[in-house]
Amino acid sequence: MTEELIIAGFGGQGVLSMGKILAYSAMMQDQEVSWMPSYGPEMRGGTANVTVILSDERISSPILNTFDTAIILNQQSMDKFEKSVKPGGLLLYDGNGITRHPEREDINIYRVDATDEAARIGMAKIFNMIVLGAYLKIKDNVKLENVVLGLKKSLPNRYHHMIPDNEKAIHRGLEIVRQIQTVN
Amino acid sequence: MKKELRLMKGNEAVGEAAIRVGADGYFGYPITTQSEVLEYLMSEKPHERTGMVVLQAESEVAAINMVYGAAGAGKMAITSSSSPGISLKQEGISYMAGAELPCVILNVVRGGPGLGTIQPGQADYFQAVKGGGHGDYKLITLAPSSVQEMYDFTILGFELAFKYRNPVMLLSDGAIGQMMEKVELTEQKERRTTEEIVKQCPWATTGKPKSRDHNIITSLELQSDKQEELNHKLQRKYKQVEEDEVRYETIQCEDAEYLIIAFGTSARIAQKAVKEAREQGIKMGLLRPITLFPFPKKKIMEMTQQVKGMLSVEMNAGQMVEDIRLAVNGKVPVEHFGRLGGNMPSSEEIIEQVRKHF
Amino acid sequence: MEDIKKAEYLAYKKTEVLTDKVLHYCPGCGHGTIHRLVAEVIEELDLQHKTIGIAPVGCSVLAYEYFNVDFQEAAHGRAPALATAISRLYPDHAVFTYQGDGDLAAIGTAETIHACNRGENIVIVFVNNGIYGMTGGQMAPTTLENMKSSTSPYGRDVKMMGSPMKMSELVANLPGTHYVTRQAVHKPGHVRKTKRALKKAFQYQQEKKGTQLVEIVSNCNSGWKMTPNKSNQWMEENMFPFFPLGDIKTPDDK
Repeated sequence: MTEELIIAGFGGQGVLSMGKILAYSAMMQDQEVSWMPSYGPEMRGGTANVTVILSDERISSPILNTFDTAIILNQQSMDKFEKSVKPGGLLLYDGNGITRHPEREDINIYRVDATDEAARIGMAKIFNMIVLGAYLKIKDNVKLENVVLGLKKSLPNRYHHMIPDNEKAIHRGLEIVRQIQTVN
Repeated sequence: MKKELRLMKGNEAVGEAAIRVGADGYFGYPITTQSEVLEYLMSEKPHERTGMVVLQAESEVAAINMVYGAAGAGKMAITSSSSPGISLKQEGISYMAGAELPCVILNVVRGGPGLGTIQPGQADYFQAVKGGGHGDYKLITLAPSSVQEMYDFTILGFELAFKYRNPVMLLSDGAIGQMMEKVELTEQKERRTTEEIVKQCPWATTGKPKSRDHNIITSLELQSDKQEELNHKLQRKYKQVEEDEVRYETIQCEDAEYLIIAFGTSARIAQKAVKEAREQGIKMGLLRPITLFPFPKKKIMEMTQQVKGMLSVEMNAGQMVEDIRLAVNGKVPVEHFGRLGGNMPSSEEIIEQVRKHF
Repeated sequence: MEDIKKAEYLAYKKTEVLTDKVLHYCPGCGHGTIHRLVAEVIEELDLQHKTIGIAPVGCSVLAYEYFNVDFQEAAHGRAPALATAISRLYPDHAVFTYQGDGDLAAIGTAETIHACNRGENIVIVFVNNGIYGMTGGQMAPTTLENMKSSTSPYGRDVKMMGSPMKMSELVANLPGTHYVTRQAVHKPGHVRKTKRALKKAFQYQQEKKGTQLVEIVSNCNSGWKMTPNKSNQWMEENMFPFFPLGDIKTPDDK
């Protein structure tokens, strides 16, 4: 099985590190992974996105135009990537700051209001883990225990004291994700 | 033993491989698409791990000449840069080829010419495989197409560099340098002792004992006849490399009617195109040159028996396609498809090109 | 004949740190003397087995043929970069560069200044004769104001071509340099002083004190189009006032 996804939002939202944790988690369950960031000046304060591929086979192209899953965290990314989701695929988004909600009728749409939730529980820094939790609820391709292992691997030692908070945030995401539309 | 796996960027993998293979020195200068090599090495404190020297030079020119000095003294040295910086290094590379010094040079190619773009490119193919600087010389050129190969080819690069006393270039690109994939790490090798260096490199300037004449590292020979003989010697070496060191990978070529030839990131995309084309009933195969010099000419010639056409997919305006045409010598049509300016081809475009041309 | 070849009559013996190769330098040029002094110092300090020299591009491009120590030939101006790597990888070795003014002060300015700034543990022997000798007498960064060369045939016009550069004073300002001195070799007294300076430089290098730079103001009778005697006189009258001899930075200054 192969899962091709893109995570897109603002620089500073933890888009790249969320992708990295996901990739590491899949590695923990012996999958092949690739993590391909957009890089360069657009990273600085602008939009940031990362393509992550998790697969049971050797990965061919790490560069994709269409995705099984798009995790969208701002309006610009919605405008850019809603159309790139494969029919029957998944679009997961944070409603914060979204003025035009997804319109496709041939894809599964889920919403997680992670920005609001992070602010409410005072954990703005691990907003991205709430989003990750939402993703894990919808897709069962990565096991939660492997995500914890992935967190340990991808976070430098000096941040390991934050792992319990990260786990808590993942669980919040599992709880608050909402289904908007399903097609299969 | 349990495999040691790590998720790494291509650039970081080169740094880790340099430490683990027991390299003695890295000398580099920051430039986008490859600065992570120097950053990674600095953060890893290789002087504590193995005693390896890592230095940020004042320029790419200084960096390659530091590599020259280190290599001339028998040490395993590596440098890295991206296209504009590699242009600056050409002076030192030519001198190293002339003085027959081993080293590894990583080029994480970006789109050009000039300052160009920081997005990935493959437009430095000619520069890498045809010499690059002044004079008749060749670099052994390896084209990694995954993060694992960035790691493995750094190690292989040193092996070939010392085997042939010749600079080895890793021709990578911004995509492979920046992306992260799973890497299986090898065990830490001990750095060679001075005694081992003296034994392995009797030509090196390690300090003259009473027992031998002084060693000289130079690319200068003012007498034409002697210079000609030195050139012939280099050419014999390159011929040997062409006979013994060709490396390539074939994917679904057994029954292929159309052959894609691509290296590096283009080859990864082409691999996807092969899969998708076959789903559409087109029998496509991929030949991925791993060594760009020596170029897999014989294998490509052999494939003319079988295929109706070949498509060279590159992130440039058509460079490797010339070498393919030379190899094929008119036997089958050879076309080129390239994206420029930091853009990458898509698998859909590749299939469309095959439909269009053949 | 044999009876006068006795050890007690020996007045001078060529150092073994020089090969038997015949020097290609023009008669009257200072390079031969400077080579001998550097070689004698290496011998006297017992450094032959651990010396690695770096030759420049310029008149002394073939220095590696004359010094009987391991040697590398650098691209034009890059000797300090080679020396940087070698001294870091062989920290106990005696690593020195031998460079002219075009090499050190024009094309290799960046390498020179940064090696000095990092305090690379090397000796730089800098031979300044105010001209590009090997390529046929073109203007150098150290060519004096109004001095004629093949590319300043009416004399160096500082408005157009800039002023001559005092590299030793420049690098003496950098924290990495430990000993910077300017000497000459056109008279026996100067030869002795230069040898003392070179010896100090190599000793300091062996004590790992950082960058040691010995500038030697020398003549170029061919390039200046003068007899050797006349060139030495011209050097005293014109070069020394602008490039005054003596120590520029010593360890005591710190």
